[in-house]
Amino acid sequence: MVNWIWLLLIIIGIATAAFNGNIELINHAVFEGAKTGVTISFGLISILVFWLGIMRIAEEAGLLKWISRLLQPIVQWLFPEVPKNHPALGYIISNMTANLFGLGNAATPMGIKAMQELQQLNPYKEKATPAMSTFLVLNTSSITIIPTTVISIRMTYHSASPTEIVGTTILATLFSTLTAILLDRWFRYR
Amino acid sequence: MTNIISALSLWIIPVLISLIIVFAIWNRVPVYETFVEGAKDGFQTAVQIIPHLVGMMVAITIFRESGALQMLTQFLNPFFTLMHFPTEVFPLAMLRPISGTGALALTTDLIANYGPDSFIGRLASTMQGSTDTTLYIATVYFGAVGIKKIGYAVKVGLLADLVGIIASIIVVTFYFT
Repeated sequence: MVNWIWLLLIIIGIATAAFNGNIELINHAVFEGAKTGVTISFGLISILVFWLGIMRIAEEAGLLKWISRLLQPIVQWLFPEVPKNHPALGYIISNMTANLFGLGNAATPMGIKAMQELQQLNPYKEKATPAMSTFLVLNTSSITIIPTTVISIRMTYHSASPTEIVGTTILATLFSTLTAILLDRWFRYR
Repeated sequence: MTNIISALSLWIIPVLISLIIVFAIWNRVPVYETFVEGAKDGFQTAVQIIPHLVGMMVAITIFRESGALQMLTQFLNPFFTLMHFPTEVFPLAMLRPISGTGALALTTDLIANYGPDSFIGRLASTMQGSTDTTLYIATVYFGAVGIKKIGYAVKVGLLADLVGIIASIIVVTFYFT
């Protein structure tokens, strides 16, 4: 799937530019795209280093286990193949909580850590497990309660009620997340 | 409502950090050493993501800068007008799953041009908040652990985005009229 998306994005892009006689745009785009990729990765270093440190403290203190026990029924249902009390569950829950509050900066390091823990349960290291897929689709469907970035943009442009979209966002998120969970289940047991 | 939410988003990280550290000290965890130990992995993880992100970002930038995205939007335009899909928001719907910064720029642009309290402004806000950059998340999360065969996850993620976009239109239409 990703092979095809990648190929199509590049080939269609180059063909379009060639057709329009703007091939120089591609040279610029290659350079800019590569730079963006590196910039994002480097931007991740600071938050990864900080949050992975904090989360290690939470793990050592037993906080993650405590949270995962609290939410055991839901997580167990979503990730049946992850053993009880496995550290991955604590990180998954931390990631989902950070997402709920719109804390993307904190959610990414916790999500990556959760993936690394799930990878240790993976018998084929290059192939995504069902648990990894479930975790990924939960993240891509964006379970948000407070969309902080959008609210701040609305404030900048003097909205009469910047938070009026919280309700609609939660409802729309609910639909996309439910779809993600159901489709994931379907592919998993197909 | 606005005050409570902005206060909450300001306070949550400081409160979270304090809670974790105090709880850990109380359980006799050497907090600083543990922090440094955990933080060590951060750099390596970020570096591991670079090839994945560079590959994906180049492809996305080529697609966007070449005008292919715009052409696709124009090509599909009549079809979406027929389905009462507000055409102003269509580029956002197309860009949202593939480029986070691009979508954010478009959302800001739509809110600035049509006003945050217009139908378009509200719809763009809801779409931006209720879906996420599927391709980016898949690249970063799977890239960090070296997964190459991703299976059905991206397919499911993109389909969920589509449902989220359609749901945004329906919900905003009913909620604000």
